[in-house]
Amino acid sequence: MAHTSVDASAQIDSHGGGHGHGDGEFAHPASLTMLFSVFFTLLALTILTVWQSTLDIGAAEIWVTMGIATVKAGLVILFFMHLLWDKPLNAIVFLSSIIFVALFLGFTLMDAQGYHSTIEIKDTLEASLPPAPADLPVVPSMPTT
Amino acid sequence: MSAVISKPLVAPVESAKEPGNFLTHTSGFLSWALTLDHKRIGLMYLVGVMSSFLLGGVLALVVRAHLFYADGAFLTLKQYNQIFTLHGAVMVFLFIIPSVPAALGNFLLPIMLGAKDVAFPRLNLSSFYLWVGGAIFFLVAMLTTGLDTGWTFYTPYSLETTGPVVLATMGVFILGFSSIFTGLNFIVTINTMRPPGMTWFRMPLLLWAIYSTSIIQVLATPVLGITMLLLMAERFLGIGIFDPKLNGDPVTYQHFFWFYSHPAVYIMILPAMGIISELMSVHSHKGIFGYRMIAYSSVAIALFGFLVWGHHMFTSGMANVTTIVFSALTFTVSIPSAIKVFNWLFTMYKGTVSLTTPMLYALSFMFLFTIGGLTGLPLGALSIDRHFHDTYFVVAHFHYVMMGGTLVAFLGGIFHWWPKMVGKMYNELGGQISAGIVFVGFNLTFLPQFVLGTRGMPRRYATYVPEFEFLHQLSTYGAFLLGIGLFVALGVLINSLFRGKKAPTNPWGGATLEWVCSSPPPHDNFSKPPVVGDPYDFRGLEYDAREGGYVRRK
Amino acid sequence: MSDITIPTSEHADDHSHDHPAWLAHHFDDAEQQFDSGKLGMWLFLVTEVLFFSGMFVAYALFRSLHPEVFVYASQFLNAKLGAINTGVLLFSSLTMAWAVRAAQLSQQKILVSMLAMTLSCAAMFLGVKAVEYTHKWDLGLLPAGMYITQGVAEPNHGNWLQILCIPAAVFAVIFAGWYLFALVGRNRFQLQIAGPLLVASLCFFAGVQLGVFLESGESHGDAHGSGHGATHGDHHEGAGDHAAHAIIVDHMVATSIPGQAFPSEVFVDPKRVGIDEPEINQRGRAGIFFGIYYMMTGIHAVHILGGMGVITWLIVKAARHEFHSKYFGPVDNVGLYWHLVDFIWIFLFPLLYLIR
Ligand code: HEM
Ligand SMILES: [Cu+2]
Repeated sequence: MAHTSVDASAQIDSHGGGHGHGDGEFAHPASLTMLFSVFFTLLALTILTVWQSTLDIGAAEIWVTMGIATVKAGLVILFFMHLLWDKPLNAIVFLSSIIFVALFLGFTLMDAQGYHSTIEIKDTLEASLPPAPADLPVVPSMPTT
Repeated sequence: MSAVISKPLVAPVESAKEPGNFLTHTSGFLSWALTLDHKRIGLMYLVGVMSSFLLGGVLALVVRAHLFYADGAFLTLKQYNQIFTLHGAVMVFLFIIPSVPAALGNFLLPIMLGAKDVAFPRLNLSSFYLWVGGAIFFLVAMLTTGLDTGWTFYTPYSLETTGPVVLATMGVFILGFSSIFTGLNFIVTINTMRPPGMTWFRMPLLLWAIYSTSIIQVLATPVLGITMLLLMAERFLGIGIFDPKLNGDPVTYQHFFWFYSHPAVYIMILPAMGIISELMSVHSHKGIFGYRMIAYSSVAIALFGFLVWGHHMFTSGMANVTTIVFSALTFTVSIPSAIKVFNWLFTMYKGTVSLTTPMLYALSFMFLFTIGGLTGLPLGALSIDRHFHDTYFVVAHFHYVMMGGTLVAFLGGIFHWWPKMVGKMYNELGGQISAGIVFVGFNLTFLPQFVLGTRGMPRRYATYVPEFEFLHQLSTYGAFLLGIGLFVALGVLINSLFRGKKAPTNPWGGATLEWVCSSPPPHDNFSKPPVVGDPYDFRGLEYDAREGGYVRRK
Repeated sequence: MSDITIPTSEHADDHSHDHPAWLAHHFDDAEQQFDSGKLGMWLFLVTEVLFFSGMFVAYALFRSLHPEVFVYASQFLNAKLGAINTGVLLFSSLTMAWAVRAAQLSQQKILVSMLAMTLSCAAMFLGVKAVEYTHKWDLGLLPAGMYITQGVAEPNHGNWLQILCIPAAVFAVIFAGWYLFALVGRNRFQLQIAGPLLVASLCFFAGVQLGVFLESGESHGDAHGSGHGATHGDHHEGAGDHAAHAIIVDHMVATSIPGQAFPSEVFVDPKRVGIDEPEINQRGRAGIFFGIYYMMTGIHAVHILGGMGVITWLIVKAARHEFHSKYFGPVDNVGLYWHLVDFIWIFLFPLLYLIR
């Protein structure tokens, strides 16, 4: 984050200093050739991924499919959203969202994998035990009504 | 609402030669209701969050009064559940989250930055109306049918109760948008609206704090949004994600909820820390110690805050390895907070501390926040949390950080900037008395709760064993004393509107840009671009008795 | 959204000096205004990504715990429809990017027509989606709370597709009227707005047609969907027939005599699908898949609807000649939003339809 700030401050300061350039052109129209070639690449990748899904490649499938999807998403971001030519700050902003999603996903997934195995162990344990006597003392619980 | 505040606040134009200020710029109900001026929006938020605080506070007193006797004083068990839910939800969603950023932040951020307004004034106004709409939604839902899930809406209970869960979560959803838009607006403002000369490291630390807060608001709040939406869908359609009856998983709900709500506690505390940085420096008349450390630690807290949410779920059946990881990370996140505390201490060291009202609040913040933060550490330790989870120890911990921390800093901030906001000085002695009562009342309320918690008093219970009665009664006395202190503070502020002396431009000797504008500031903040200097350079600022405030001599 | 992108033009008056109407008073110059709007938009996209992330996490959790459920249930999704819709969205992204270019080059006519194309693709996407959804509702492929175990009960036909078509039809009629009115009055400005709206509302039906066609083309020989499409137009006719079968048929029976117990062939035949799993074919299993499916695609569809709203707003502004090479921020920002919706779909499509 510190880097973001430094970068951004450099940008802003140059902007503050050089107002003359503020009146210049800041539009960078994308060329039609580029737009069309990106579009056709995206279509080709879509066909590829659909075709690929008919093959049986086992556990690798999820990685291949997600790999293709990521390439497609990257093309959309870099070219259609012209992030490639945009301010670095905007790229950092967008990337940070992906990082935080990964964090969210990573921790919850790690946890779910861990505790579900403990639940299963408990289930089988309980199944192997004799049923609890019905007249077990009831632990007083939180009054709710 | 705005009509109500516009009356007392619009001071009669004192003399014709006096230049207009933002309060007198235009008048009439619509000039407030449709204003795009960040200062007016800030004041409207201030009235809104203070009203919410009043409501939440009264509910807290009802809870405390009920707990005066071991068997409970006057509420049924169901009513008790509804009232503590309403108290918690109002305080968290309506008061503490918008308190500093939306109210004070809106007023101060552009001025401190040297900008004319926030980047998106209309978005700012719509944030405010989203807040109002969400608040109304929320309150109507809760008051008419009685929500009783606690502010956390934990499944499966929130799927089974007959309370208006869907309406309330809808309200939270809307409030979330308000918070997101405020944060987004502030980030853009700080990034693109700084005038020439205002570099990142010339920004007052309050702005660093608000910037970090905004990062959290933008990154975390959407997850609350989707959590609430999924909860609604779960109730309506039974999508099966959270509902154990459909093979869903309540622990998943807790992950979702705390992915937002732990970062949200930093939404609450970071801006308060920013206020304290300003107060400590200005009222010690000494440059802040360790500017960069404080600035970086704000950003660090914002980012690390995303790594520890699991410490709320240690006893919920998380995997062992996850609990260990989250526990270790919890300890690391307290480091940046500690850095700040030490820096504030060193700021006072060899300074010329004047014990004004804002400074007294800042000092009580130091004391209370330190206790609150330190008690977080045992809670983050796995073995101890087994015992302390869901006891009064947790209740005391978070009240020390949220009330002792955020609320006290917020009050300090209000007293500090009040002359700037309304152009009137308040009665200093009155303010000091309020700070004293609040401090004593607060500790009397919550210190006993630490003891109760360690002895096993569970939270959210309407009745308890008679052995605890003495400590509970102490706590109830404290709560009422605290209430009195807060009313004294309110009285002092309201009194100042009618009887206060006219505020000088710079009553405390601050060096940040808001003290360059007249009090109250003109409509456009700065008629010509301000000269930006070091925000904590107090050299040359001298008290001028004729002005009643500080002036800068070359 | 609109607040991020519209500069507050009414403020120009208190700063008459060198502040054109499209430059808000608190900005110094066009570039600062543009940069602010753009950063604001990117931040908004960040919130969108995190908003969707909740559903991706839910998906990942359940998938990792119950992969077999996903293998089973995703066979009820028609990959052809998903692929077509992917193409439609990609194309709309292309036209949107082109629209941005047109705005930057002050090419007003191209701008309006590109926006119109984008809008029409969006409507078409929703048309296909409507077929997909209603088909599943008929089969009882619903979120966990309402899921109907497949192969056991009689399918419950509703007029869902017709009902979903009503709003589109109403819009089409209104826009057609408006278009004619503008045509008679020779109002070029109104024609530029009513035309695209009319085309877009008709495109919804094109999407429905396409969906019905692909869904019915599947019924024989392909494992994915079922032959429901054929019954769309004329499902009333079969009502009496269905009543005769209103008995709860045992799952085993259903698998042993495929196609006989259910004359309309609306069920995915478990045998043909290749999985016969009563364990999975129930609320707490396959139902959760559909809960996640509806949430993900539903919220995505809501974003499409929102996008259609802002694109319409852009068309109005473009028809008024408001955009030019110094002021095209709104087009650019809506474009970013639109690409993000596409971005999300790029992940949704393989996750839900393809991965087995
Ligand atoms: C200084 C570092 C901090 C640490 C290490 C810490 C640690 C913890 C832990 C471990 C818990 C869970 C206790 C349990 O439920 O068993 C907790 C609860 C809580 N903390 Fe903190 N905390 C810290 C700072 C804060 C701050 C600054 C705030 C808010 C301004 C805060 C607000 C809360 C709240 C609201 C809860 C209870 C939530 C609930 O269950 O309703 N904490 N804290
Ligand atoms: Cu926490």
